[in-house]
This record gives sequence, C-alpha cells and structure tokens, in this order.
Amino acid sequence: MSKKLIVLFLGLVPLLCTCFSPDTPSDRRVLVLLDDFAIKSSHSIFFNNLKSRGFDLDFKLADDPTISLQRYGQYLYDALILFSPTIERFGGSIDAAAILDFVDSGHDLIVAANSNASDLIREIATECGVDFDEDSSALVIDHSGYAVSATEGDHTLIASDDFIKSDVILGSEKIKAPVLFQGIGHSLNPSNSLVLKVLSASPSAYSANPKSKLTSPPSLTGTSMSLVSVVQARNNARILISGSLSMFSNRFFRSDVQKAGSPTKHDKSGNEQFVTELSKWVFHERGHLKAVNVKHHKVGEVDEPAIYRINDDLEYSVEIYEWSGKTWEPYVANDVQVQFYMMSPYVLKTLSTDNKGYYFTAFKVPDVYGVFQFKVEYERLGYTSLSLSKQIPVRPFRHNEYERFIPAAYPYYGAAFSMMAGFFIFTAVHLYHK
Amino acid sequence: MNQRGKISSQTPQLQLHSPAPYHSLVFSISKSHSQTRPLRFSQPPLTLSGSQTLPAAVALPRLSPSPRLASTLGFTLNPRVASPPAPFSWPSMAASDAPNGDVLIRNAFGSVLAFLILLLIGVLAFSIRLFSVIKYESVIHEFDPYFNYRVTQFLTKNGIYDFWNWFDDRTWYPLGRVIGGTVYPGLTLTAGTLYWFLHSLNIPLSVETVCVFTAPIFSAFASWATFLLTKEVKGVGAGLTAAALLAMVPSYISRSVAGSYDNEAVAIFALIFTFYLYIKTLNTGSLFYATLNSLSYFYMVCSWGGYTFIINLIPMHVLLCIVTGRYSSRLYIAYAPLVVLGTLLAALVPVVGFNAVMTSEHFASFLVFIIIHVVALVYYIKGILSPKMFKVALALVVSIGLAVCCAMVAVIIALVASSPTKGWSGRSLSLLDPTYASKYIPIIASVSEHQPPTWPSYFMDINVLAFLIPAGIIACFSPLSDASLFAVLYIVLSVYFSGVMVRLMLVLAPAACILSGIALSQAFDVFTRSIKFQLPSLSDHSHIDARDASSENIVPDDTIKTDKSEDTPKERMTKRSKKKEKEPVEKPPTKFQIKKRLSVLPFEASIIAVILLVLLVAFYVVHCVWAAAEAYSAPSIVLTSHSNDGLHVFDDFREAYAWLSHNTDVDDKVASWWDYGYQTTAMANRTVIVDNNTWNNTHIATVGTAMSSPEKAAWEIFHSLDVKYVLVVFGGLVGYPSDDINKFLWMVRIGGGVFPHIKEPDYLRDGQYRIDSMATPTMLNCLMYKLSYYRFVETDGKAFDRVRRTEIGKKYFKLTHFEEVFTTHHWMVRIYKLKPPKNRIRGKNKKSKSKTSSTTTSKRKGTRRNPF
Repeated sequence: MSKKLIVLFLGLVPLLCTCFSPDTPSDRRVLVLLDDFAIKSSHSIFFNNLKSRGFDLDFKLADDPTISLQRYGQYLYDALILFSPTIERFGGSIDAAAILDFVDSGHDLIVAANSNASDLIREIATECGVDFDEDSSALVIDHSGYAVSATEGDHTLIASDDFIKSDVILGSEKIKAPVLFQGIGHSLNPSNSLVLKVLSASPSAYSANPKSKLTSPPSLTGTSMSLVSVVQARNNARILISGSLSMFSNRFFRSDVQKAGSPTKHDKSGNEQFVTELSKWVFHERGHLKAVNVKHHKVGEVDEPAIYRINDDLEYSVEIYEWSGKTWEPYVANDVQVQFYMMSPYVLKTLSTDNKGYYFTAFKVPDVYGVFQFKVEYERLGYTSLSLSKQIPVRPFRHNEYERFIPAAYPYYGAAFSMMAGFFIFTAVHLYHK
Repeated sequence: MNQRGKISSQTPQLQLHSPAPYHSLVFSISKSHSQTRPLRFSQPPLTLSGSQTLPAAVALPRLSPSPRLASTLGFTLNPRVASPPAPFSWPSMAASDAPNGDVLIRNAFGSVLAFLILLLIGVLAFSIRLFSVIKYESVIHEFDPYFNYRVTQFLTKNGIYDFWNWFDDRTWYPLGRVIGGTVYPGLTLTAGTLYWFLHSLNIPLSVETVCVFTAPIFSAFASWATFLLTKEVKGVGAGLTAAALLAMVPSYISRSVAGSYDNEAVAIFALIFTFYLYIKTLNTGSLFYATLNSLSYFYMVCSWGGYTFIINLIPMHVLLCIVTGRYSSRLYIAYAPLVVLGTLLAALVPVVGFNAVMTSEHFASFLVFIIIHVVALVYYIKGILSPKMFKVALALVVSIGLAVCCAMVAVIIALVASSPTKGWSGRSLSLLDPTYASKYIPIIASVSEHQPPTWPSYFMDINVLAFLIPAGIIACFSPLSDASLFAVLYIVLSVYFSGVMVRLMLVLAPAACILSGIALSQAFDVFTRSIKFQLPSLSDHSHIDARDASSENIVPDDTIKTDKSEDTPKERMTKRSKKKEKEPVEKPPTKFQIKKRLSVLPFEASIIAVILLVLLVAFYVVHCVWAAAEAYSAPSIVLTSHSNDGLHVFDDFREAYAWLSHNTDVDDKVASWWDYGYQTTAMANRTVIVDNNTWNNTHIATVGTAMSSPEKAAWEIFHSLDVKYVLVVFGGLVGYPSDDINKFLWMVRIGGGVFPHIKEPDYLRDGQYRIDSMATPTMLNCLMYKLSYYRFVETDGKAFDRVRRTEIGKKYFKLTHFEEVFTTHHWMVRIYKLKPPKNRIRGKNKKSKSKTSSTTTSKRKGTRRNPF
C-alpha cells in the first residue's frame, strides 16, 4: 500500500512544488511521532477518525533512529503529527529545522504540547509564531471557567467555549459543548497575521504553576492567552498548535462536561467535534481554494491578446473552486475582486459570479499606458489565500489609430488650404500678370 | 526695361527671384561671350550673387572631366574647384586662349588630386576608427549604443511602422517606454536603411556588423562635409586641411570608433553638412540649396538632440550679419526657408513634435525670423522712397515697431511662462548656467559626460588644434566674409559650450578643425609663397601659379581663392554706388592689392616655419593615432589591463548578462543603477526598472532610495516593483573605478531629491563618502554597501578595497532579505536575488531560545535554517 502510494507520489512529483498536489490538496500519508506507543491507544478515537477519513497513519516513536521525513529529496509524508511533547531530540535525521523545512515545503503539522513541554517543541512552536509560556511548569488555570468534575482539583482542567468565529475552520455546525483543555497556554504576536487563535482562554484564566504560590504576576493572562492556535503559512501549509495533548485523548473525548457556573451539563465534551473539524481544516479538507482558467480578452473576441491598447474594453474571468475533501466544488462568494494594477490599482472591480465557480467582469482599460497586472488578492479567514497576478502591457494609440479629421480643427484645415490656394493665386498673378 | 530699372533699385527683392533668371543667364553666357558682358553689367545684383558661380558655369563646358567627376562623386561643388582663377582670367579670357587653357589643365589636374586626397581622407577617417575592432572585437560599445542596437534589431525585424509605434514593456517597469515617440530615429533608420540596402544586394551582414561600422562610415562622410564647408569659407586648400584634421581629431574619434553606435556618430556629419548647405546657400543665394539645407536640418533633428545648436547658431549668425550691415537677399534665402521648412519638418519627428514651436530653445530662430523680415521690409521701403521720405518713414516705423516689439516681447514672455518646461529644458539651462544642473538637477549632473571638462581633456581631445584656433580666427578676419563670420561665431559658441559640458567637446571638434585647417592652409600659403618668390629659378612670377599647381596644388589654389573671396565683400560694399563703368575700373585696384599683400617673409624663416608646421602636424597625427589606438578604442564592456604577467581581460559584464539570460525567467525584473539598464535589456533580455534614458526622475530616485536604504526597506521597495534580482557593479577587487560605490553619492542625492528621508549628511563623514572604519552607520547599513561588500572579506582576509584604497568598515555581516546568486569571475558584477517573503512569522519568544541555546545552536549550525 505504502509502496503504491510512493509510486503515486513520485508520479506526482513534477506537480509538487508546494507539495499538496493541485488536484487533491488533502493529505494522505501522515507520520505520527509519539512519546510512547501508549498514546496510540489512549488517543485512538482521534486516530481512528483520521483513518476513517482515508488517511494513512504511520506511527513512530519520536526517538526512533530510523525515522526520516524525506528520502532522496522527496518527502515521504504529507503531514506530521507531533504527539511527543517531552521529546528533547528526535531520532533519525529529524530535528526542528527539518520539521520547519517540511512545513516550508508546504506540508501540514499538528503539534500538541503539554505541561513541561520540551524545548524542542517550544522552539518549533516559536518558529511558527506561537510562544508558549516560558515557565516550563506553568499550566493554564481558570478559577471561574474550569470544568466541574468529581474531584475539586486545582482548576487546571478548563472547559472552554471561546471559539474562533469561522465556519471554514470549525465547520458549519456549531461546536455543541465546551472543549476540555488541560495544558499550557501560549501567546501570539498580535502583528502576526498568519496565526489565528482558535480556542482562547477566558478572561479569568492565567498561566502559572498550580503547585507553587504566585510570587509575581503571571505573564499570560485572560483572553490574550490562547489555548489552541492554527497557523496558515504563506505557502498555505497549515499548522495546528495545541497546548494540551490530552485534549485529543479518548478520555476527554468521552468525558461529560459542565462548565463552572453553567447549569447545563453536556453528556459529551465538544473535544471530538472540535478536534475533528480542526483536523479537517488542517489537512486541507476544507477551506482550500484554487483558481483556474484565468482569462481575459477584448470584448467581442475570444483569444487573449499579447497587449492591450488604452481605452480597450476587456472581459476578465476566473474560475474558483473549493476542495471538499473529495472533489472540487464551486466556490460561491460575492466579494472576489480584481485589480488592474500598475504600482497602484487603476481599476478595482468586484467580480460577478454564476454560482458555479465562474467569476467574471468587464471594464475599460484606463487611459494610461504601462505594464499592468490583473491581480486577484483574495484572503479570507480560514481560506487559503488566492494571489493571482497576470502581467499585461497596455500600449498607447498607434499613429494611425487617432482620428484623421477632428471636427474642432476644421477652421484650421480651412485656414491652411485657403492659405495654400491664396499663395498659389498670388504667385500666379505676381509672376504672369504684367 | 522699366521693370529692370526698378529691380536694380530694390536689391533685396530681386534676389528672391534670382535663381530663375540666373540660370537662363548662364546658358546665354555659355553660348556667346560677347553677349554676356552687357547682360552681366546691366544687372549688378545678379553679378553679385553670381560672382562666384557664374564664371564656374562659364568654365563648365570646357572643363568636362572635372564636373563629370563631380557628378559621379556627388560633389555638387566641384565646379568651384575650377572657379577660383576665373575672376582673374575672366577679363582676359576672350582675348587670349593660351593661358586660359593652361589654367584649365592645371585646374583639372588639381581637382583630380583633390578628389584623390579626399578619397584618402575618407579611408583614413574610416580606418583610424577600426582599432577597436582589431584590438578587441567587433562589438557594440558602452551603454547607449546597446539601446540603439536593440532598437535597430527591432526595426530590421518588424519594420518601420512597428518601430514608430513601439511600446517597450521591458524597460522602466512598470511604466514602460514609448520608444517610437521618445527616441531620435535618425541613427536607427540610417543603420536600418544600410542593412536593407546591403541585404537587397545580397550581402548578408548581421545587424550588429552594420551597427558597428556605421560610425566609421559616417565619420568619413563628416570629413567630406567638413571639406565642403571649409571650402565655402576659405577655399579648397583650407577645406582639404580641415577635412584631414577632422578625419582624425580625437574628440570625434572618441564618439565614433567602430562599435560606438550612438547618435553622435551620424549627427556630427549632419551638423557639418547642414552648416555647409547653409553657407552654400548664403554664398549662392540659391533656393535649391536652401531646400536641401532644410532637409539636412531635418536629418539632423532626426539624429540628435544637439540640433538645437544649429537652430540657435544660425539665427545668431543671421542676427550678427544684420547688425554688422551684411544683410543681403542671400541671407534671407539662406535663413527664411530654413526656419519655415525646418520647423515644419522638425515637428514631424515624434520626439520633437510640438517642442519645435513650444520650447524656448527654438524661440531665438522665430525672433530672428521676425527681425529679418522687418529688415527686409526696411530695405524694400528704402528702395522705393526718396531719402527724405525714408527718414520720415523711419521715424514712423521705429515708433510703431517699438510698440509691436513690446507686444511681441510680452507675447514671447507669456509663451515662455506657459510652455510646458517653463521654457527651457534642464539640459539647455545647464548650458546657459553651468552651475544650474549641479544645483538643481542631480540626475543631469550625475552623468559624467555632463560635467565640465578639465584642461587636459582639451589637450587630449583637440590637441594642437587648440593653439591653431586663434590663428584660424585671425585668418577668418582677413578678409571677413559672411561665411568666415559664421566660422568665427561657430568656434566661439562651441568653445563656450564645450566648457560647460564635456560631451559638447564633440561640437567643438569640427569647428576647431575648420579653423585650424584655415590657419594651417593660410600659414602654408604665406610661407610657401615667400619661399617661392625668393627661389631664383622662380623669379618670373607670372608663371608661378601655373607651374606650381602641378607640384603643390593646394596652396596656390588657395592663394587665389583668398584673394578672390577678398574681393567679394569689396564688391558688396560698393554695390549700391557701383555703376556699369566701374566694373572694369575695379580690376586694377584688386590686382594692385594682391601685389601689395604678397609681402614676403625671409627665406630662412619661411623654411624653418614650414618645417615647424610640418612637425606640429606630425605631432598631431601621432597623438591622434595614439588616442585612437589606446585611449578611445576600449569598448568598456570588456576591460583589459596589462601587468607583468601579460594581458588580463575582464569580461565580467557579459558573463553576468549571460548568466541572467540563462538562469532567470523571461519576465523577471532586474534592478540596478540606471547605467546598466540598456545593457541588461539588450544583452540579458530582462526587464529593467530604470535605464540610461533618464526620463523619469522619480523612478530613478526610487531605485536610488532603495540602494541607499537599509536592507529591509530596500527589500520592500524592490518587492513593490516586482523586482526579482538586483545587480550591482563592484570594482573593489580588481580596482575598477567606475563602480556603484563610486556612483553611490548620486544615488543618495537623486534619491534624497525625491524622498526626503534619505539625507546626504547621514552618509558623509567630514563631508566625504567613506566606506572604511570611519564610515557612518547609515552608510555601513545601506543596501549598496552590503551588496557590494558581502563576503568580500573572504577574498583576501582583510577586505581591502583597491578602488578606495582602504579596508572596508564592516567586514562580516549577513544578508537577511537578499541572497547572493551570482558573482562574476573578478567580482565586478554581483547579482542578488530577493528572498521571498517569510513563509512563517516567528514568535518573539527569544528567551526560550537563549535558554535552549545549548541544545539548538549545534543544530542551527548544521542545517541552514530558513529564517522565514
């Protein structure tokens, strides 16, 4: 099976500039690195869920000396799940840089940390823009948003329902119950536009060591602290970083949940739904767009010209599809815009759509010549960013494309010709009339 | 008869019609001599205008070899070779045939010799420019020629209409450039025509070969044109001398060696030829030449922006003639058609267009056009009114004229104020005020050829001509004719302009050659005559001319020529008072004057002087050949240096451009300082941001700002322009002085002129640009420094810059937003690629890194972490 996949993979190699093939962006082969194989069974619901969605999971111990991400320059996997929060050093040829290169070549990554997460995991997270609490023994504590349980603990088991408001990332169905979370929190740089807080802490949460007394104010507090974050890199590689490994565990999946101060008690925590939807997003089963068939031509023509003239009327069209996990479905939106751009947009038009993925518009080339670009910069929360640009020069009128006679200039024509005639007559008279 | 009497009284009017009756006159003369004399004297004005060509026409039927030769050569002027002796032999012609035939044979021989000399001069002009091909190779030189070459390629491939409408999207990205409307098409069309012509003859030369050899061919033409012009001014001898001087003047060679395919290559020919036709028209008063003059001016306008020199110099000459009382109908014919037809034709050139009537460079010609009409009117009125009435009319006209003038001045001022460039373009303003450019327009001041020249460059470029010019000016004043006045004016103006801009040395060169040619030929004339008169065997000086012509053709011809041209103004001065009877009387005084002028110098002194002159000229020739071979033949894209272990060739530029063309995408944009724009588009065929056509100051300032900004800011600027590669020229390793670091101050100035956050003092330490340890932090952090000196320390361990002769200030640094992709063999061209934007944005958690440094540094060293 894996050999077949490799053959398939190698067949796709030419297309794999950004790894997920343009045709099927979903990941297929996933490497799961574990601290120990106990996690395989304790988190089996999550793994089985992935398998049932068609993923081919390859479980390895994180310090297994035989593991490697790539062979002969080709990546063996499409995605990587790091459920090994305590690992200090990977086995084989893998290190933090290798994992980051893996991401930078367009592959997806799920990282789950834990209390006393290793520096290695923290470094990977930092490189992706997620800063875990520096105190290695700190946990997220919430004295008002904790999950009510049989034993009154130290309020590190949190029931959180502060989700990101995005149907693309979390699915169109509302997460039914709060998500149980036990682990470390992290902060994000607000100026970082690539990373998103998927599950935020409540305003009363803070990050500290529950076993010791607070000596100084905690560095991470309230809603600025994030529990689960996702990153969509510029090459559309997706990364999920969670401060809690147990969030994915069978125990949390099955556990009932009641948020402190809330009268409703849910039979089942929202973890399964949350994690499943999130993993769908991370593995590109949702929110992955592609734009094809960018076309432009003069009104009334079919072929794309090599150059436009100023004041030409042109039509522009593009088809946009979204990957549903199995097929490309038409993407429907009313906010796709095209720019006719030369250092700044000269034309900015919203594209009309036929709801079948076909977007089109028509406009007049501005009265400016230069090298223009048709630019579609479509960036929506949760969707892969579409950035299309197509260069097209715009030339001025040719010498014979101007009007031959301008009505306003008839007095001048008259003047010129009457002058010529007058001169001729004058010459004739002067020379021959004695 | 009544009309004839009227004509004689209104001199200027008649001249307008003179060509038509003149020709009929010529035929009547040639038919029968007896009728000519009354006819001639009955029309004094005609005699005046025809005094030079009329005898020539007489000689025409007899002297068949010479004109035929002339027609095959295209010398419209060759009859004049035979003409000089005519005024003297004219009265005696009918009487004695024997001396006349002798003179004719001599003249025939002289014109053949002159023709051979001219042919040799042409060969010399062509071959002295081939050093670059012999020593290097047959390539296009420098910067602008590459653009012209590229345009010519386009022209030959796509035809003239596509060339005219060519919108080039590969330069000035993203603005593009309308090549057809912004280029002087003369050179390109000339080379294209040459190419098509050769191909129609089935001579399959490549476009490049045609381009390489266009300049030498046209410098041969230019030397012939110089011959014609100088002959009009001072006769054949001076013409031949001037042509020989021009054929090898270093200043002109520097712009016209084989491969130097630039506008000036054909423009200098057009310039001289236009001047020649102007003087020819002035001397003959022929509308035919006036029309040719306009066409030649049109060719000049097509070829070079320097045509404004013509359209200002000629009006100045006309004005000077009017002021000095030299107004004549010939002047009117020479000038008025040029302004009308020339301006109309100039407006047809797309790059000039309405500039021909809207910019102040052309206003002088219109002003003089008005003045010459006023003057013509005054002469006309003077002719029909009695002196008393004329005085009254004068008072009336002056008062009205003043009012009109005031109105005109007001209109002109309004026009100047409302014209698009506030009248004058920056380049022209910097001509009038040499400090203007350096004060206000750094982009003009930054070009080395716009700098004022140094004294040594005068010696280098025109050599001994610099000392001969004053003598030539004196020679022009004895006697002063319209033509020699023009030569004097030309030299004075061009000396001034050359002092402003080193580039205009090129305009000075022909003037210097003409005047030096006059000076030399006059000097030889005087000395050889002195020798001749004192040689005992030649005491009988009535036969001197005849005998001497065989051995020393040039000088005697010239002697007589000067004497003849001397009597032209004399005739003019007396023209109004002159009556029919005075004409025969006039001859003896002329003869007498000649005899008086033939004052002889001591024999020994003359011999020594001749030897010294020959030595001087020999020195000039040696210098010219040296300059052509050593100084001006380097193509500047291939550099060579001689050292102890032989010849070193630095072919880094082509190496870099070839790398670009082979390793980058066709649509990639390459940013560099504008000097290398033309070469990049022509040789690497990649889109550039700015190039040597510095039409958009803001765009250049953007690149200058990027080069003088820190890495990140520069990256953002370049990224916004879709730049993929940055090319810098660095001479620090091999000591190539014209590299980007030496040009850096202009990047700062031009950039700072538009974007004020670039401040020049930030880059200066003690008023100097320094790159050593004293350099300012801004300097050490700017992109140009980093791109030039990145990894430089790895070459010798000390990072010693051989151009600045110092160790650089910051030796070890990394680039974060750029990566080096190519550096040529001698490090002269370095190409960097812009790194793509970071794929991920790092967190700010630095402490965890430092805490874990023990574990991670080892890894980091091992693998190159993508910092993005």
